[in-house]
Amino acid sequence: MEYKINFSSLFKIANLISFIAVLVSIFFLFFKGLNYGVDFKGGTLLEIRIDNPNIEIQDIRNSLKIKDLGDVNVKQFGKKGDFLIKFEKSSSENDQFIGELKGEISKSLNTEVNFRRVENVGPKVSSELLKNGLTAIALSLAAMLFYIWIRFEWQFSLGSIIALIHDVIITLGIFSILSFEVNLSIVAAVLTIVGYSMNDTVVIFDRIRENLLKFSKIEINEIANISINETLSRTLITSLTTLLALLSIFILGGEILKGFSFAMILGVIIGTYSSVFVASPVLNYFKVSQKTLLKEEEN
Amino acid sequence: MLNFTKIKVTFVYLILLTLIFFASLNLKFNNSIEKKINLGLDLQGGSYILLEVDTNPLINQKIQSKVIPIKKLLNDNNIIYSDFTISNNSISFIIDTDKQNLFKNIFLKKNDNLVNNFITDYNTFELDITFNANKALINFSNYGLVSLNNAALKQSIEIIRRRIDDVGTKEPTILQRGDKRILVELPGIDNPERIKDLLGKTAQLTFRLVQDDDGFGSEKLIISETNEELMVNKRVVISGENLIDAQPKFDSQSNQPIVSFTLDRLGAQKFGKITTENVGKRLAIVLDNAVISAPQIREPITGGTGTISGGFSFQESTDLALLLRSGALPAPINIVEERSVGPDLGKDSIEAGIFSLAVGFILVIIFMLIKYKIFGLISNISLISNLFMLLGVMTLLEATLTLPGIAGIILTVGMAVDSNVLIYERIREELKTEKSIIHAFDTGYNKAKITVIDANITTLIAAAILFVFGTGPVKGFAITLGVGIVTTLFSAYFIARHLTSLVVLNDREGKYFKL
Repeated sequence: MEYKINFSSLFKIANLISFIAVLVSIFFLFFKGLNYGVDFKGGTLLEIRIDNPNIEIQDIRNSLKIKDLGDVNVKQFGKKGDFLIKFEKSSSENDQFIGELKGEISKSLNTEVNFRRVENVGPKVSSELLKNGLTAIALSLAAMLFYIWIRFEWQFSLGSIIALIHDVIITLGIFSILSFEVNLSIVAAVLTIVGYSMNDTVVIFDRIRENLLKFSKIEINEIANISINETLSRTLITSLTTLLALLSIFILGGEILKGFSFAMILGVIIGTYSSVFVASPVLNYFKVSQKTLLKEEEN
Repeated sequence: MLNFTKIKVTFVYLILLTLIFFASLNLKFNNSIEKKINLGLDLQGGSYILLEVDTNPLINQKIQSKVIPIKKLLNDNNIIYSDFTISNNSISFIIDTDKQNLFKNIFLKKNDNLVNNFITDYNTFELDITFNANKALINFSNYGLVSLNNAALKQSIEIIRRRIDDVGTKEPTILQRGDKRILVELPGIDNPERIKDLLGKTAQLTFRLVQDDDGFGSEKLIISETNEELMVNKRVVISGENLIDAQPKFDSQSNQPIVSFTLDRLGAQKFGKITTENVGKRLAIVLDNAVISAPQIREPITGGTGTISGGFSFQESTDLALLLRSGALPAPINIVEERSVGPDLGKDSIEAGIFSLAVGFILVIIFMLIKYKIFGLISNISLISNLFMLLGVMTLLEATLTLPGIAGIILTVGMAVDSNVLIYERIREELKTEKSIIHAFDTGYNKAKITVIDANITTLIAAAILFVFGTGPVKGFAITLGVGIVTTLFSAYFIARHLTSLVVLNDREGKYFKL
């Protein structure tokens, strides 16, 4: 299919929308913050399954009241009878704490409880994991910046990195607004989004560079427009197949992968958008032309 | 780009077949080579425990042990000192300024220095000494601490390994993590309370005489069974180090579970001497500062064997014997992170993961078939080859597959077609201006090459960073994502390209296909 959409005329309005979205995201990240899971906040997570249909969330909450566990959060997790319990306390002072708690919950509910998953992260480890996660994201952005700088000119590098930061901030912003849990797998998703969005941007940039060398008279916005249209069917097809795969994980992959696949779906959509509407206009702001490319080659 | 030499074609399909062979090793009926993809703890169930060695008590203990040698060194050299004080990690005393250099020289003597060891590996002393006016301060040097820490960590790993092996779990992994931590992975164990109990105990065993009064050199300890207090002499008669064996047994008279132990020669001698000299007195058996029992010495025990009773259950006597056999940890160990997954959750995760993989795969295949017809078929063949190669490489590397790893495979499926889409879309553009179909395919492949490589390297960078920073399940995701990119490039540029060339070269007019 051939596309003839005038993208460059939409750049201004799209940039305004992006700008507002980033500001709103930053506002939420700053004032509401992220809902960190036990990986980053420390504490304990229990996933339990109870076959007895009479047990409700309230019963589980009550069974936990006796203990001093700090902030307790109980919710249904997937199908009926599966619950997720989270609380602040970790077993850092007492190694036998979890074993004791398991016994007490079973006794208090007076039914058989299947403890399917236990995660217990001490305060020191959780702060290290958070630091590691942030370092990894920062490092991946830096690595992308460097790679594009080597392969293209600095204007392209800057354009792609602005698009990446845009993607990461808005994805995390949506997580903040929806109060979705952020854990290690979300960091993995964010890094993959960085890779994916970059991938999309590179394809368009490659074409922009090629077209810049081909047509010396046409100005950058029009070149970007031509290039985006030429690569649009690829952009859409790849996003579509990736989304098909991701939707299949999101719907069928089980509760544990829900957050991860949701972040990825957001990221793919935002990343595809940003390659077209964020990365490309940046080239115009820096007045990239055929001369920019030729000058670079001379150096 | 469409010309393949026979050698190249043979080589490409040989690689494909080899990797399919390796992938097949994961099936039950093929056991010819002992290689397979390992399932992560989140898929097969099991426990991940991160332990941290707390070296502070050890530093304290080491500083304490230096007190007498340092005082002796001062006395032997006729150096007058005063205000000798010991804190948690340092010793200080007042010394005349004109004697300071003399003491420093003795204290920092490289050879035959029994007080302050010279660590040749780091070319530095274990202890540092600094003077502030007339006050001398002795504490551990940085490398002294490092060497103390490393020794404690190594020894702890060894003892933990012995304890876990003794319990008899299958294929445990015990690894050093950083400079203070030990990672223990126990596949198949989702309720690790007993093992945690065994790992958390320092298991410092001592035999000490019970004192009647609270005189000098005694301390008040609790009897663990009854919570009574008991005055026990601080002087250790023999300790766990002298033990060569310990076994759970039943007492022949009371039929109670007990632990019988055997001492080494030195221990047997000491034990014989003490029990001979103190018949009638009580001997406290102390484990980690709690008294297990304090039986009366009825007669001298000279055979070097004895028993410990303390109202144990059979499990307790088995665990105590195990702890005594494996030896004491040099420093206390704390659990700083624990993740356990039950086997049924693991099974559910595998089922959900494989099912969503299958569905995602079929959706992508159908889409490609509709969109690109015969080239969609080629792309799908290369996608299936890609999947087998990915599994083959992971088998070859004996990599670990985790739940996020399965997600990585699904994502690879979604993104793998990208290379082929890039190429086909490029060819489609070339066909608009180029009359010769072969030529159009040739330039299409050529021009798309750089873009395909650029686009994949960015994802590869992200995967590499994830691999370095990620732990456990996330690392598994990085592996499948990274390996997936490599196999994707291979299948797009060799397998799919070869199949495309077969179609194009045999149908020069383009009757049977349209892009």
